[in-house]
Amino acid sequence: MRKSWWKILAVVLISLVIIAGLLAPVPVLPILHESIRNVFFHVPMWTAMLVLYFISVIYSIKYLNTGKQEYDFMAVEAVNTGITFCFMGLATGMLWANITWGDPWPNDPKLNGSAIATLMYLAYLVLRNALEEEQKRAKISAVYNIFSFPIMIVLLYILPKLTDSLHPGSGGNSTFGTLDMNNQLRPIFYTAVIGWILIGAWMLSLRYRMRLIESKQNEIN
Amino acid sequence: MKLISFLKFITLDMKKLSLSIALVLMSTLNIFAQSDIDMATGLRSSGKIYVVVLVMLVLFLGVASYLFILDRKITKLEKKQDQK
Repeated sequence: MRKSWWKILAVVLISLVIIAGLLAPVPVLPILHESIRNVFFHVPMWTAMLVLYFISVIYSIKYLNTGKQEYDFMAVEAVNTGITFCFMGLATGMLWANITWGDPWPNDPKLNGSAIATLMYLAYLVLRNALEEEQKRAKISAVYNIFSFPIMIVLLYILPKLTDSLHPGSGGNSTFGTLDMNNQLRPIFYTAVIGWILIGAWMLSLRYRMRLIESKQNEIN
Repeated sequence: MKLISFLKFITLDMKKLSLSIALVLMSTLNIFAQSDIDMATGLRSSGKIYVVVLVMLVLFLGVASYLFILDRKITKLEKKQDQK
């Protein structure tokens, strides 16, 4: 059990969130009803994705600075794990939107932004597979990755706030700081966010270590 | 060897096993028969949400233990590779 305390912490945090998120009292609001509890489960997917993509950018920059192959591995695996969380976020969001907004995909700017961002990161993975030569692949995809991160931020967090969106914090809607995130929700929400970020980091570390073993195996053979 | 001992265990304990199965069946039948008796434990109260909470916990802990096992396997592989 070397250095695995944070993995146990992650499991404990999410377990607490599952218990408290379903049983703790929440504000009684029209339209939302009990589905307000989704904020403990749906939103952390996106924060985990954001952190993973950010890790990916850091390692892409590190790769360009040093040219070490391990950094490139970390960048790819961070995007791979982040995309998993992104799809889970999309799926849970569509389920909830179908009931609450009456349509799994109402043409909300945040939804369309997330679709474009997802395609962008899928394109990153396709781009990697399209390039044969290892160094060229790592360099080009690192540059692509660094550019796609700010575009993803703009698409997900800035453009929807400038227009009318159904998501909180957009147009006339209030943001987390004021009305819809009250002190009943806050502690559980932050626990969920930290827990899922840790789980994401754990999955990333597993994938990264597998990559390293794989590449060493290829060197030997 | 393990398999043989296991088989022995099964054949020897067949009688006990069938008896216990019968007992379990009877007791469940009993519960169905006495459904008017309120067994209000915590899990059955307030819309039975606690059952869902438990199910989700079990699911999540299952996934987490899967991750832990993967982690251990990868550590083993790393150690093996370092020895080479």
